Parts: sequence; structure tokens; C-alpha cells
Amino acid sequence: MAMEIRDIPQTKETTQLLTMVQAVNDGMKTMLELDEKTLILGEDIGKNGGVFRATEGLQERFGADRVIDTPLSEAGIIGTSIGLAVNGFKPVAEMQFLGFIYPAYEQIMTHVSRIRMRTMGHFTVPMVIRAPYGAGIRAPEVHSDSTEALFTHMPGLKVVCPSSPYDAKGLLIAAMEDPDPVLFLETMRNYRAKREDVPAGKYTVEIGKGKKVKEGTDVTLIAWGAMIPVVEKAAEQAEKKGISCEIIDLRTLYPLDRDIIAESVQKTGRAVIVHEAHSTGGLGNDIVSIINDTSFLYLRAPIERVTGFDVPVPLFALEDHYLPTPARVVQGIEKVVHF
Amino acid sequence: MKTQYPMKKVIDDEGNLIDSSYKDKIDEQLVRDFYYHMTRIRTFDRKAISLQRQGRLGTYAPFEGQEASQVGSALSLGADDWVFPTYRDHGATLTYGADMIRTYLYWNGRVEGCVPPEGKKIFPPAVPIATQIPQAAGAAWAEKRKGTNNAAIAFFGDGATSEGDFHEGLNFASIFKAPVVFFNQNNGYAISVPIEKQMNSETIAQKSVAYGIPGVRIDGNDCFAVYFETKKAFDYARSGNGPTLIEAVTWRTGAHTTADDPSKYRPEDQGKDVVDPLLRLERFMKNYGCWDEAWVADIQEQLKEEVEAAVEAMEKFPKANVEDLFDHVFAELPAQLADQKESYLAHLRGE
Repeated sequence: MAMEIRDIPQTKETTQLLTMVQAVNDGMKTMLELDEKTLILGEDIGKNGGVFRATEGLQERFGADRVIDTPLSEAGIIGTSIGLAVNGFKPVAEMQFLGFIYPAYEQIMTHVSRIRMRTMGHFTVPMVIRAPYGAGIRAPEVHSDSTEALFTHMPGLKVVCPSSPYDAKGLLIAAMEDPDPVLFLETMRNYRAKREDVPAGKYTVEIGKGKKVKEGTDVTLIAWGAMIPVVEKAAEQAEKKGISCEIIDLRTLYPLDRDIIAESVQKTGRAVIVHEAHSTGGLGNDIVSIINDTSFLYLRAPIERVTGFDVPVPLFALEDHYLPTPARVVQGIEKVVHF
Repeated sequence: MKTQYPMKKVIDDEGNLIDSSYKDKIDEQLVRDFYYHMTRIRTFDRKAISLQRQGRLGTYAPFEGQEASQVGSALSLGADDWVFPTYRDHGATLTYGADMIRTYLYWNGRVEGCVPPEGKKIFPPAVPIATQIPQAAGAAWAEKRKGTNNAAIAFFGDGATSEGDFHEGLNFASIFKAPVVFFNQNNGYAISVPIEKQMNSETIAQKSVAYGIPGVRIDGNDCFAVYFETKKAFDYARSGNGPTLIEAVTWRTGAHTTADDPSKYRPEDQGKDVVDPLLRLERFMKNYGCWDEAWVADIQEQLKEEVEAAVEAMEKFPKANVEDLFDHVFAELPAQLADQKESYLAHLRGE
């Protein structure tokens, strides 16, 4: 694909066929090896290797002193990570689920995101907060949130959400090297959904850049993370009806890649934005604004949004009804194409 | 619990040394340092209130009554330690080496006030309550990991002990044996809520039991008790033993801030029996023959000049730069923020 943005691996010795969760693990392993300031902190991440095995084998290899089992204490994890980061370390803190991040919300909102501005750059807290997010795996209550917009609304924090193993490792390493704090959202629904060639060693994927995952001409589908496979299925079904879909994987949710959105929508003249988060206050609204600002006169139909409903993510018996499905996306596609 | 955590004092309200074991530890220079810094921060504090009343400073949080706690603890710090203050601890940060002009600037809404002098590891004041406690634990933990002899101090009030972050910070520090001193100033009130409505425990020091760390209750208006006990806690931390919780019992003489009226919630005669910490030190100096009228008059004059000069410099400080609104949020301006900046600057230019 002509438009695909892929960084050339810097130490591409070999590749391995990895799932997303293995790629995340490999990203941390790579940086633990290369940078002694890197620390991994979280609940059950050491001896147990994390509830999703994202940190499996890391404590064994790098020691309990660098891959640290913390108390069950989200505000404590982020609060102490601030102290570690401001004092020279590079903490990668795991929140066991995004739905459990809220005790740390105050630390992130009032300190992590603001320290640089408050001190005119004198103190900074380069850290990564990893959090599995999203519904669809029949998890218990509060394990399935997709509240990325709470964090994109927080100036001073970058928010990243990859959908593939390759991007996951490259973006995670980029996040770990970023001078600013990054929230790194991992779609647990796709942790093991597919395997992909992932280079061994260090490489980065640039934060703030989306990726065109499918070329098309009639409509632009904009999504990220867990919704990429949903949108891909919808595109397949739409193609059978003769509608050519272009798919943009945003990959970074703050700062948004306006150029890739504008370029695609100006070409197709139509857009369907898909996210599993609630509709009101969802990131889709910001994407509508970007299209409005950059591409209004190119539009051939009003922009459509297919999102989770304005209800708390339900217990799992109803989660398939909560989540956008390929069928709902196809409906959105037809609506804009037949406008 | 008050019997298990008796309030440690070195001097009494009349300025008499009541613990003779400190006799050889106190020399005239130390006494003069205490008097100098307590007078200095009081001069700063009273001037700030006066400036606020004249509309020359924003809302201000005074610390009068807490000078012994702040000076005693600040003077016990090492040169390379970390300080995590609240918005009522600028007496401590000024004593530790924060810039006076910038401290006034902070209270005038200027972000420059959060930038410490080079080499001074003073964090900007925590405005939410208790969030600085786990941060101090983290910074101290980092020092331990680096193998230095440095430590951290977290300042916080009685109300902060009700917050979850108090627990999370002390718990973390105790598990990882971070070299940090948790320095509580129990000044009796969290804005309007008195200590007995804040907690069911008789003391704050006893909360240390839950973390398996030392807890000590001291007379926070006795600068000697504060200084020596905080130093002891730092020695303990630097020796690899982990944190200590100190409860310095003191009294907030004035309002929570200049926007607050304590007559609404504090009985009029409450606190009248508290002997001012500066007066207590003066009595000690007179009792032990180190009161020198000429020296006192001299430093008072000198400090008045320092404060006046700082106020003048604060008021002459270059105007706030609009670019600073945008330039420090990220290391590099994201495109959309750069657009917002450019378009606003163009708007200001009348374009």
C-alpha cells in the first residue's frame, strides 16, 4: 500500500511471528535490555507475569528490582512513578484494566499531565501507563471500559492505541522513549487474535501518525484499536455490495493525525467514524471537527458515527449489543453512500 | 494513644530547656539560624497578606503559627534532598532555598513561581490534597535505587491523612523502604473541619503502626523538637530503614486563605493559649543569654529590606508571556496546539 507508514526497523536482525500481547512483552523486554533506567511496575506483573501474560518472563530475566510487583494501589503506582520519572527513571506502569485506572485519575490529571507546564519544563515525567481496554471478552463488570476520551481531554498526555502486533511494539518503544507521558491502550479483545511478523530488537512507530490499512474510493472508515477488525469485516461486506472502503487506523488518539484524515476524506467525500466508547463526548466528535475544519467542502454526505451507546458498559450478557458490529458499520456506510 | 505517642518537647512554653540531653546539641549559631529564618518567613507571610489586601497579590495561604515546624524541618534537610510541599509550606521552601521573588510570583498567578532555583529539588506545591505523598515516596525510592544518600520530605496537613493517597504513599514507602520523611503539620483544622471531625484516632502519629514504620508526635511549635526529630528521621531513612511519620502539632493562627473567615467555624478563644513559636524562641534566647537586641534589630531591618526588595522585583517582573500558555505542555508542540497558538497570536496582533 502506497500510503502505509512503516518505520524501517533499526536493528532488524530477524522477525518473529507474534501476537499483540507478545509484541507488547517484546517491546518491554527490548527496552529493559537497552536502557537500565527502564522499570516495569504494576499489580501481578512480576511473578505472575500479568493477568494477560503481557509481562511474562520479564521478572525472571530482569529481576524483581526492575520488574516490580506493587501493592494493589493505582494512585500509589502512578504517584510513585511520578517521583521515579522526575528523578531519572523511566517507569512503565501497568493498570490491570483501564476500568481500574480511576483511583489514579487524580494523579494523572493534576500532576502527570501538568508537571512540565507547571514548571516550564524544569521537571518532566516521561512515563508510560499501559492499560488493557475494551469489551468483548466476557470479562466481569468494570473490566471492559473504553474511556480514552477522558484522557484525550487531558492536555499534556499522549494517548496511543495500536491494533496490530507490529504497531504495538513499535509504538510502545516510541512511548517509552517519548519525553512526555503516554497512555498506552491495549485492545485485550485482539491480544491474541492474530499473529504478525514483528522485528526482533528495537524499532519505533511514530506517535501521532495514523496508518491507511486499506485503500478505497467511496467512503473513509476511521477507527482504532479493537474496532479495526470490526471495520475490516464491514468493509469486506460493503465491497460485496460494490462500495469501496478506505480504512484509516488512527493508532494515536492524541495528538490526532489530521493530515491522514483530511487527505482520505477529501478523496472519498464520505466518512464513517467507529468507536466502542460512548457516543457523547467520544473522540468521534473531535474527528468530526477535524473533518469540518479541513474538508467541509469535499463532503458528499453528513459524517456518520457508529459508537457504543451512552450507557455504562453492560455486564457481558449484553456486551455484544453494546459494541459496534460489522452490521451496524455497514448500515452507517450505506447511509453515507446513499445519502 | 496520646500516652503511647507523647508529645516530644525540648523547650517549654516559657522557653526553658526541659530535656537536658539536648544541652550540648544546641549552640548559639543554631539558635540564631532558627530565629533568623522564623523571623524571615514571618516577615514574608505578613507582607503577603498585606499585599493581598491591597490587591497586589492573589488569594494567599498564610502559615503564621507554623514557623517552627517549617523552619525546623527545612533546616534538617540535606543539600540534595527532595522537597514536596503543599500550598502552605512556602515557609519551609523559602528556608530551604526557594527564591523569594518567585515565591511571591507564584501567589500572583505566575507559573515562574513553580520553577525552583537550579540544583534545588523543590517540587511545585501540591494543590490537590495528599497527592504529593506517593510522589515523594517515588522520588525517594529513585534515590535509593541510584544508591545515593539523598532522601525526600513530604509536607502535608491533618486533613490529608483522610485521603487515599496518604495511605497509598505510606504503604508504598514502607514496602520499598524509601528514604522519605512524612512530615505532617497538624494545625487543628482542614479549612473549617476540626481534627476531631477529621479522624476518630487521637493522634496522627499512631497511624504509623499500620505501616510498620516509626511514628513520632512532636510539639510543632518547638523548633528544637522539630529540628532534632526530623533530623533523626532523616538519619534513619538514610541508613536504609525507610520512612518515618512525624506529627508536628501546631496551630494555624490565621485563616485558611485570605478568602476564608475562620470566625465562622472557630470559637473565638480557641488557640489563645498557644504560645507563638517565635515568642517561645525569644524567651529561650533570653533565658539562656543569647538574646542580642542589636542583632535582632539588625536582622529585622535586613529582612524587611529583603522582603521589600522581593516585592519590588515581583512587581517589576516582566509581564507574563502569552507563548508560555502553549509552549510547555509538551516537549514539542503537537500540530493542533501549534495551530491554536498561531491563530491566537494572530488574533492578538489584530489580524
